[in-house]
Amino acid sequence: MLEIKNLHVEIDGKKILNGLNLTVKAGEVAAIMGPNGSGKSTLSYVIAGKEDYTVTEGEILLDGVNVLEMEPHERAHAGLFLAFQYPLEIPGVATMTFLKAALNAQAKSRGEDELSPGEFMKRVREAAGQLGINPDMLKRPLNVGFSGGEKKRMEILQMSLLAPKMAILDETDSGLDIDALRIVAEGVNAHRDPNHAFLVITHYQRLLDHIRPDTVHVMAKGQIVRTGGPEIALELEERGYAEYLGNAA
Amino acid sequence: MANPVVMMRTPAETALIERFAAEKASLPGASQARAEAFARFEAKGLPSKRIESYHYTDVRNLMRTVAPVANDAVAGETMTLDGFPRLGFTNGRWQGGDAPAGVTVVPLADAYRDGLAPGLGMGEATDIVVDLNTAFARDGVAIRVAAGAEARLHLAFSEKTSAPASILPRVIVEIGEGASLMLVATHQGPAGIAYQVNEVVELRLGKQAKVEHVRLNLSGDKAMVLSSVAATLGDEAELQTTQIALGGEVCRHQVFVTYQGENAKAAIRGATMLRGHQHHDTTLVVDHAVPHGESRELFRTVVDGSAHGVFQGKIIVRPHAQKTDGQMASNALLLSDDAGMSNKPELEIFADDVVCAHGATCGSLDENQLFYLQARGLPRKVAEALLVEAFVGEVLETVSDDGLRETLAGLVSEWMRARAVS
Repeated sequence: MLEIKNLHVEIDGKKILNGLNLTVKAGEVAAIMGPNGSGKSTLSYVIAGKEDYTVTEGEILLDGVNVLEMEPHERAHAGLFLAFQYPLEIPGVATMTFLKAALNAQAKSRGEDELSPGEFMKRVREAAGQLGINPDMLKRPLNVGFSGGEKKRMEILQMSLLAPKMAILDETDSGLDIDALRIVAEGVNAHRDPNHAFLVITHYQRLLDHIRPDTVHVMAKGQIVRTGGPEIALELEERGYAEYLGNAA
Repeated sequence: MANPVVMMRTPAETALIERFAAEKASLPGASQARAEAFARFEAKGLPSKRIESYHYTDVRNLMRTVAPVANDAVAGETMTLDGFPRLGFTNGRWQGGDAPAGVTVVPLADAYRDGLAPGLGMGEATDIVVDLNTAFARDGVAIRVAAGAEARLHLAFSEKTSAPASILPRVIVEIGEGASLMLVATHQGPAGIAYQVNEVVELRLGKQAKVEHVRLNLSGDKAMVLSSVAATLGDEAELQTTQIALGGEVCRHQVFVTYQGENAKAAIRGATMLRGHQHHDTTLVVDHAVPHGESRELFRTVVDGSAHGVFQGKIIVRPHAQKTDGQMASNALLLSDDAGMSNKPELEIFADDVVCAHGATCGSLDENQLFYLQARGLPRKVAEALLVEAFVGEVLETVSDDGLRETLAGLVSEWMRARAVS
C-alpha cells in the first residue's frame, strides 16, 4: 500500500532522511521505533506533505501513485492520514464545524454527497462515545484548552471518521496516561482490517503492547536500519538504541 | 514657539469655503453651532498628516475636490433586515418609514429648527471632519427613544447617485432613562463612483440606557467615507458599537465615547476586511472623564492585496476617573505581502487607581494551522477561509441578533470566496 523508495530529505540544507526505504502492505500494522533525532517525525510530515521539507531524491507511493506530486489535501483525499504528535489548536473554529468541513471535503473529492446533518451527528457521537470523548468538547474550538490526552483522542476521532486506508500515528502515545493509551489503542485496533494499514511511530515499546504490530522497523540517522517482528520492540526496551547510533549511516 | 504655518488652500478647501458662504442662509437651524464648526475648519483647513491623529489618513491630500451635493436618485439596493423596522435614506435624506412604538423620528432640519442642537460631548476635543458635518448637514434624522422603551431600528442608507456627490447626513439619537435600543445602520452605494460621505451619528445615552449599535459599511468601491460615532454615556449606561466594514475606497471610522455618568460601560468593536487598494482607518477616543467607567475594545482587521488598515485607539483616563477599567485589543491579519497595517494604541492615564491594558498584533496566517487543516483534506483556500472567518468571528459573535449575525457572517464568507476565485 505504502512504498517509500530511497527517500532523501533536507530542511534548511540539513540532511534528515538519507535514502530511506520502507514498505507497508495492506492490512499491515507497522511500527517505526527510533531514538530522538532519527528523523521519525520528518518522515511523517514529508508523507503528509508539509512544505518546510525538501525532497531531493526518492518516491513515496500510495497504491503505486507518487504522493510527492500532490498537495496535502489531495494526499488526504487519496487516503493518507497523519495523527499529529502535537495537534494544532485552532481558536474560533468549533470542533464540530471542523469535522464537518473535513468530512465534506473528502466526500466531495470522491464525488459523494455531503452527509446529512443527522447522519453526521450520529457518526460523530458514536465515534466520540467509543473514545470516551465528552460531547461538550465537540462544541469547543478545536483542541483549544484540551489536555494532551484529549488532543490525542481527538486525532483518533478524526481518523475514525475519515477512515483513511493508510494512517500514520506520530508518537500518539506521548503525553498519554495508561487509560488514555488503552482507549487510543482500542480506537486503532477497531479499524484493523485487510484494507487498512497503519504506521505507528513511537519512541517507546509501551504503545505496542496495546497495538500489536506485524512488523517493527528501527530507524536511525534517517534510515531504516533493521526490520523484523514484534520481538525487536522488546529487545529495544531492554537494550536501548545505543547500538544503532554508533554504526548506522 | 513656532511661527504659524500658512498653508495654501487646496481646491477642496476653497470649494468648501465658497459653498458655506453660498449655503449658509439656507442651512436649517443650529446656526451658531454651524458657524463655530465652520470657523474651526476655516482656521485649520482639512486635516493633513501633520496632525497626529490624521497621520495615516491625510484627508487634505486624499480629498482633492469636493463633490457637489447629491441631487439625483437613481435605482439602487436598499437592505432589509428581518425583525427590524426600517427607516430608509437616499443620499442621506430620510425617505419616511414608520417608527416603532416608543420611538419618535423627525427630519434633522425640523429638529434643528425646533431647537435641538448638535452636541458631541467631546469636551475640548474637536475634529475637523465632524465640524464639517456640523457645518453643512441638512439631512438625517433626530430619533428619540422614550424612557423605559425597548426598540429595534434599522437605518438603511443607500447612496443612489450616478455621479460623484457629497452626502452629509447627521443622525442624533437620544435614548431616554432605562430605555434600550438596538440600532443597525447599513450603508450601500454604487460601484465605480467617487461619492463622498461625511456622516455623524450622535448617541446620547441617558441614565441606565442601553444601546447596541451596529454599522455595516458596504459602500461603493470608489467611495470616500468619513463616519463618526460620538456617544455620551449617562450613569450606568451601556453602549456597544460595532462596525463591520467591507466597502469603500478610503474610509475613516471614528468613535468618540465620553463618560459623563459613573459606572457606565462601553464596548467598541470592529471587523474590517480590506483588499485591492482599500484604505480603512479606525480611530477611537475613549474619554473616561468620571470614575468607575469600563471600556472594552476589540478590533479585527483582515488585509489583502495592497490594502492598508489603520487602528488608532486612544483611552484617556482623567485625573478624577478612578477605578476605570479599560481593555483594548487590535489584531490584524495580513493575507498578502503588500498588505499593510498601522496599529497605534495609546493610553493617557492621569488617575492612579485604574486597570488599563492594550494589545496590538499584526501577523499572517499560521502555516502550521493551515497544514493541519490541509492534512485533513481541506484545500488551502478553504483552510484559509476557515481561519479568517474564525478570526473575525470573535467580533461577529458579539452581535446579539441571530439573523443579523448570520447576514454578517455570510458577507465575510462571500468576501473569502471572492478571494478564492480571483
